[in-house]
Amino acid sequence: MVESKTVAPDDQPLLVADNLGKNYGRLVACRDVSFSLYPGEVLAIVGESGSGKSTLLQLLSAQLAASAGRVSYRMRDGVLRDLAELGEAERRFLFRTDWGYVHQDPAQGLRMAVSAGANVGERLMAVGWNHYGRIRDTASSWLERVEIDTGRIDDAPRTYSGGMRQRLQIARNLVTEPRLVFMDEPTGGLDVSVQARLLDLMRNLVSELGLAAIVVTHDLAVARLLSHRVMVMKGGRVIETGLTDQVLDDPREPYTQLLVSSILPA
Amino acid sequence: MTAMIDITNAKKTFTMHLQGGVELPVVHGVSFHVEPGECVVLSGPSGAGKSSILKMIFGNYRCDGGRIGIRHQGAVIDLAAAEPRQVLSVRRSTIGYVSQFLRAVPRVATIDVVAEPLIANGTARADAREKAGALLRRLNIPERLWALPPSTFSGGEQQRVNIARGFISDLPILLLDEPTASLDAANRAVVVELVGQKKREGVAMVAIVHDDEIRHLIADRIVDVTSFAAAA
Repeated sequence: MVESKTVAPDDQPLLVADNLGKNYGRLVACRDVSFSLYPGEVLAIVGESGSGKSTLLQLLSAQLAASAGRVSYRMRDGVLRDLAELGEAERRFLFRTDWGYVHQDPAQGLRMAVSAGANVGERLMAVGWNHYGRIRDTASSWLERVEIDTGRIDDAPRTYSGGMRQRLQIARNLVTEPRLVFMDEPTGGLDVSVQARLLDLMRNLVSELGLAAIVVTHDLAVARLLSHRVMVMKGGRVIETGLTDQVLDDPREPYTQLLVSSILPA
Repeated sequence: MTAMIDITNAKKTFTMHLQGGVELPVVHGVSFHVEPGECVVLSGPSGAGKSSILKMIFGNYRCDGGRIGIRHQGAVIDLAAAEPRQVLSVRRSTIGYVSQFLRAVPRVATIDVVAEPLIANGTARADAREKAGALLRRLNIPERLWALPPSTFSGGEQQRVNIARGFISDLPILLLDEPTASLDAANRAVVVELVGQKKREGVAMVAIVHDDEIRHLIADRIVDVTSFAAAA
């Protein structure tokens, strides 16, 4: 066997956080966060506003420099690299190709004044695609996958509804077949019915593409539907972690019990 | 012996922090084993901890002590000490769970809800749907309902969808939490048949069944949970 020397890729973590921390002066935004994320695994980070979950997401995605600890990522060549030590070209490669980042507000992740097709095609051009017809076909098939009428391909997202914008943002992120997607409250500002559709769509795409994802959410129902594992944050620390259904059905920490018991029954 | 499930001294206590840290002992000293092709029925009054034991075997409830040995991919893994990834792997290829209530994603069609476990294990979508259809037909869910999400179905219909979803895979262990609770006689008989078929295929099962007649029909052995009930 050719690969007999190497461990199966799924047995090696894709991203490793090691004692990660961030202070703003004396204010501790997050500290002592360690975990490993494996290929195809979806991790939810839950906690209330101010718990440090968004700071953590920014640290993990190299948008913010850590005050302590480090984040390592397994590049496509199989080597685990410290994100802080990557060169500019490597970092760009991650952002443009190997990673996706879905913002809560689609306006932050999209270019609102250019067409939907260009929003999706732009990521392809950034990785060297230059055949207009192929770019347009691929963009169009991605619009279909996220259930956007391809008749709207030439319209700018500012003419789209909130749910459509969010689905377009997802298409733009996934078109380059990333291995890891960060999502910050992806269903945040949407109506409940729109949320359900988006969750169903994300759940299918994540499993079809075998994506790893880190999803920040304050909504435990989102965590339950999307994630395999969950980390509960409070005051900048991870206070409980485990299999999602385990943490939600059998919470151990006082704060997690409070969170779980605070869900209003539908 | 090559038991599929081998539980030794498993223990579960809930600590209710919101109620002043009250300790709620559920079960302790849980010890029993299940062989391939055998259906063990847990008996005992409501609140004795039967569902909790099933949930511990599925890794849904954490175990506070003891050992839950599961034969998984040719080796024995202790689920009480397993990493989340290992638990997921066990659920993917070893243990199926038919809960009392269906928890489905809002928009997904019934046939896809049933086919999903097979697709997740790599079966082609068309084959998985065909098998799902056959099971739904056998459980008397009319074909005109297959394209609808099950959330609009009656309790009994939802439970049959849930049973179809649980029985569709070829997993070597199946946990059944009151699979016949809201079914009529005809459908109860179908479930009894399905359980018999799984036994012949060598599947190890643990079930909770309140109906004496059904229990009599499917149980090879009865484990009385009362002896594990933690003295409150």
